[in-house]
Amino acid sequence: MSRLPTESAVRIASVSPDLLGTYGDKGNAEVLRQRLRWRGRTAEIVTVTGAVPTGCDIYVLGGGEDSAQVLAAQRAARPPGLRGAVERGAVVLAVCAGLQILGERFAGPDGHDHAGLGVLDLTTTRRVRRAVGEVVATPLVPELAGTPLTGFENHGGATRLGPTARPLARVESGVGNGCGQGTEGVVAGRVVGTYLHGPVLARNPALADLLLEWAVGEPLPPLQVPAVEQLRERRLRPRRRLPRLNRSTP
Amino acid sequence: MALALDPGLLAELATSRPVALVSGTNGKSTTTAMLAAAVAVRSRPAWNRTGANMADGALAALLDHPDADSAVLEIDEGYLPGVIAQTRPAYVVLLNMSRDQLDRVGEVHSVVRRIRTALAASPRTTVIANAGDPLVVAAAQAAEHRIWVAPPRTWRHDGVTCLLCGGHIDPVATTWGCAECALREPSATWTVTEDGQLLGPDGYRRTLELRLPGAANLVNASFAVAAATAYGVAPDRAVDAVAGLDEIAGRYRSFPRPDGETRLLLAKNPAGWSETLAVIEASPSAVVIAVNSREADGRDPSWLWDVPFERLRGRRVMASGDRAADLAVRLAYAEVDHEVEPDPVMAARMLGGRVDVAADYTAFLGVRARLARAAAEDRTSPRADGTG
Repeated sequence: MSRLPTESAVRIASVSPDLLGTYGDKGNAEVLRQRLRWRGRTAEIVTVTGAVPTGCDIYVLGGGEDSAQVLAAQRAARPPGLRGAVERGAVVLAVCAGLQILGERFAGPDGHDHAGLGVLDLTTTRRVRRAVGEVVATPLVPELAGTPLTGFENHGGATRLGPTARPLARVESGVGNGCGQGTEGVVAGRVVGTYLHGPVLARNPALADLLLEWAVGEPLPPLQVPAVEQLRERRLRPRRRLPRLNRSTP
Repeated sequence: MALALDPGLLAELATSRPVALVSGTNGKSTTTAMLAAAVAVRSRPAWNRTGANMADGALAALLDHPDADSAVLEIDEGYLPGVIAQTRPAYVVLLNMSRDQLDRVGEVHSVVRRIRTALAASPRTTVIANAGDPLVVAAAQAAEHRIWVAPPRTWRHDGVTCLLCGGHIDPVATTWGCAECALREPSATWTVTEDGQLLGPDGYRRTLELRLPGAANLVNASFAVAAATAYGVAPDRAVDAVAGLDEIAGRYRSFPRPDGETRLLLAKNPAGWSETLAVIEASPSAVVIAVNSREADGRDPSWLWDVPFERLRGRRVMASGDRAADLAVRLAYAEVDHEVEPDPVMAARMLGGRVDVAADYTAFLGVRARLARAAAEDRTSPRADGTG
């Protein structure tokens, strides 16, 4: 948990974006890097398409198709692997398939059960019907209080959290983890998992900054990105006003 | 829908004439129009020129042309398995397979798997298929008769795991192959290069000089020529027929404005955008990007983060469409200076001069309808202000 000197570049590992790049989650690494650069810090994205290296500060995983997810899990398990990075205190954001991989077990294509990395106390089975659509959720992490999470979910997993995993948020609309508990995502130490795409950090800057503060070990100055504020205002408006913003189109 | 009333009708209408189906994620409408033009050299094809590409659109095209002696039908990839089963087509053109509308269509692997099954059950069908696309090859392999076409490059980022065994397929290797099983790039009958050299069977060689811009259209033309040749059209006559097309249902069409012109482009997923960016970059135009993400587009615009919009830095850019706010965030992080105007027609007018409007499907349809109406009004009443 050592604090990084300000001048050293923050290294953001984009883990297997070739396999876990189906849902645009690659953008999460880009958001993290830019939010550091705009605050005058240096940051770089390390694209990982083999075994996961140690020595990065933040590891980002995204969503992928079923068969790609199985390959990605095998890759991430190769030593020293993601598990080693987590034990060292690295920050991790895992989305959708990425979240499932970090658990104890997940259901792969054709319903076969696959071993996860065991980083998170959760297991994922298959839902009867895919969860698809916009999600709004209230964060249960104190640092995120007052900043609702929004995103787009598109998954066939039902994720049940074990006793040592805490949910990231309570679902207001949408499905989330989908085990009847009304929860979305997971937090364990500095590892955050979620089903939200968007990408999630583009739509939820407070979550992005929380991950960054964990990584750099100190509070970061506020950062206003007007486009992001406007998008949040749109997505958090009452639902019935959402679909047609452009009234002049025939 | 007539189809709902009589599921055998499509099959009945298809039996009396040879049918060619054109499918894939990108380039369907263009290739269909090209193939129809080429096939028209020796027959009177029915074809769905409106771009209605679900099963009932195909049915409408056949019903509207009772005297047609052949059919060239664009079919949405999700509907392709059902339409293959009903029409038992002579030809299926499979252009490419990548992700699009994930919320509606589902993940691309499951779509391709169903196409493979349908082709295996249609033994008289010849596929004209993309040798550079692992997902297409995995599906087309199941067909009894195969003609492979090799484009200079194909987006392979959505085919990184093998459809047959789940093994890894390197998306950037020059020649692709599965790391685990025997699936690999087949040797092609037709090859087209980046600069439009088309090589075909029996030493056939011709330079494609198209009125439509961009390398993607050289590829679409090659598929059309390969399919038309299989149908019995002389390759040179097929090439001449496709070369003259200059717009496809509004795609690439330019609409004049008093201070310049608006050119309309369709771009609806990362693979399509990689071609559209190249077309935009070939001229110094200002750019309107219009994203609606309505149901027909796919409701999740996250894919915008897989488009290298950084390449538009330095251009004048407007974020537009229902989801202009989502797009604006993407552009802000890409450090592309831009303004936001949700109405794409207004956005083009605000930019002035030569403007490319690159729009997703429903945004494209909306802009096309308004600009075409304005152009028609302009023609009928030259004194009226048709700039609107």
